[in-house]
Amino acid sequence: MNRLKRQLAPYFLVLPGGLWLLVFFAVPMIAMLSLSLQQGDVVYGYRLTFHWQNYTDAISGYHDQLVRSLIYAAIGTILLIALSFPVAHWIAFYGGKRKPTYLFLLLLPFFVSFVLRTISWRQILTDDGPVLQPLKHIGVLPDSYHLLGTPEAVIGGLVYNYLPFMVLPIYVALERIDPRVVEASRDLYASPALSFRKVILPLALPGVFAGVLMSFVPMASDYVNSEVLGSQSTTMIGQVIQSKYLQTSDYPTASALSFILMAVLLVGIFAYARALGTEDVMKVAAR
Amino acid sequence: MSQSTMDRPLRTEPAPEPAARPRRRLKGGTLLYLYTWLVIIWLIVPIFVMIAFSFNNPAGRYNQHWDGFTLKWWHPAKLFEIQDLSQALWTSLIIAVISSLLSAALGTGIGYALGRYRFRGSGTLNVIMFSTISSPELIMGASLLSLFVSLNVGPGFTTIVIAHVMFSISFVAAIVRARVVTLDRSIEEAAADLGATPWTTFWKVTFPIILPAVFSGILLAFALSIDDFVVTNFTAGSTVTFPLWIWGATRVGLPPQVNVMGTLIFGVGVLIALVTNLRSRKQKKD
Repeated sequence: MNRLKRQLAPYFLVLPGGLWLLVFFAVPMIAMLSLSLQQGDVVYGYRLTFHWQNYTDAISGYHDQLVRSLIYAAIGTILLIALSFPVAHWIAFYGGKRKPTYLFLLLLPFFVSFVLRTISWRQILTDDGPVLQPLKHIGVLPDSYHLLGTPEAVIGGLVYNYLPFMVLPIYVALERIDPRVVEASRDLYASPALSFRKVILPLALPGVFAGVLMSFVPMASDYVNSEVLGSQSTTMIGQVIQSKYLQTSDYPTASALSFILMAVLLVGIFAYARALGTEDVMKVAAR
Repeated sequence: MSQSTMDRPLRTEPAPEPAARPRRRLKGGTLLYLYTWLVIIWLIVPIFVMIAFSFNNPAGRYNQHWDGFTLKWWHPAKLFEIQDLSQALWTSLIIAVISSLLSAALGTGIGYALGRYRFRGSGTLNVIMFSTISSPELIMGASLLSLFVSLNVGPGFTTIVIAHVMFSISFVAAIVRARVVTLDRSIEEAAADLGATPWTTFWKVTFPIILPAVFSGILLAFALSIDDFVVTNFTAGSTVTFPLWIWGATRVGLPPQVNVMGTLIFGVGVLIALVTNLRSRKQKKD
């Protein structure tokens, strides 16, 4: 009796939460798949007809926005790695006693609502705002120059909003490196550059990959930045999906588009999980 | 918060080295130091702007340009003047309280089981948790709305809570598991040896030890909930939360009250984080 109880204990503990995740995470995916194969309209309702044409229509209609989103996310990710690595490196190797303080400072933006942060940037970058106005005044920039509405502004916003997701995993990886290993390479006459390339970089790579996963995925599906900082010409796939779901109630096309986006991203996510395991991401989540 | 990596003894501090090398190192270190601060300042600029404009006295309706200092928006009468905005903030707070407590209860169960037992299905559970953490919010929101549309359920307050609990559970579970794994089992065995039933042992011994982890789980879930925009946008129906109100008002321009409320949320959040951090450090010293 007691043994049985002990064997069943984990299941009782897991059951409520597990069911919640099953019903409200896994089942909705199936609902979305089903919806993406339906035909009909809001007034008369939808019926499952395995209408695969929803997918071809979605791709041919919104191919540009999909590719644009992936390109923005890719550029953003590269910028993020370049920006984050030195920061993570410095905190991990030179941070000393202050490490927690620096990490805390990097996380400060999370205490302000995502939407509010992005709107704040719009306020800063407007044509007559505190950045462009003085530069125009002294003649560095022409009067007609503007930043809002350009791809640069959108990518800048993306990079800003997802920077901590890149710094943290790289930091975790670098922090794990035993400094004696680096010292050993130096004792064996490796130059600082060589020891960085041959010792630190390979050990930091898992962190970089985790960071890529945690920033590329949300950036590619973001719709707040391009809505607030962009224009017609920077429309991303998230905006299309959002407006089709919430404004025009074109559920079949919207869910087909979501599925296409998810498929593209899932390939990446699962390739990552297979190659490197789920531990790094979970560790960062647990902080 | 699991701070095992943060508070490890400082073995990374550069050891005293022969005099020839450190100079170069120092130079590189200084550059990196300045660079790190530059990035931190860049991260803080928009927060600074938000706070500054809560003290602005705009000439027109729009809080866009700096027109002079005032404290008037901080006065409760003025602050809660816009009724639907105050209502939205209130809604956000209630949703955050309910969903953080619920997800803490559900997530603690999962985290404890994963940290303590080996059982069939734990692998699948891990994959689902990993998926909820790494899935784009847009997809989670869209799929939840698909479910509600298929079931003919009108989205609203309840569906927002459902969604928030869903994406918070895994974070709580991850935090609790990290603590349970490091737990010293001999303490529980001692309790059992002294005649405590498993039930008593859990509540009198184990739970108090993992309580700080549960508490940080609640705080994280609260923070995730009150700031969430994307998933909420999809599952809200006609219910308006604080971030949704802001989103709706972006085109016409934000009133200063939003800046004050944003500043308050920021201030309280930072304060709580600092207090819990200090407390956990003090406990470690004791």
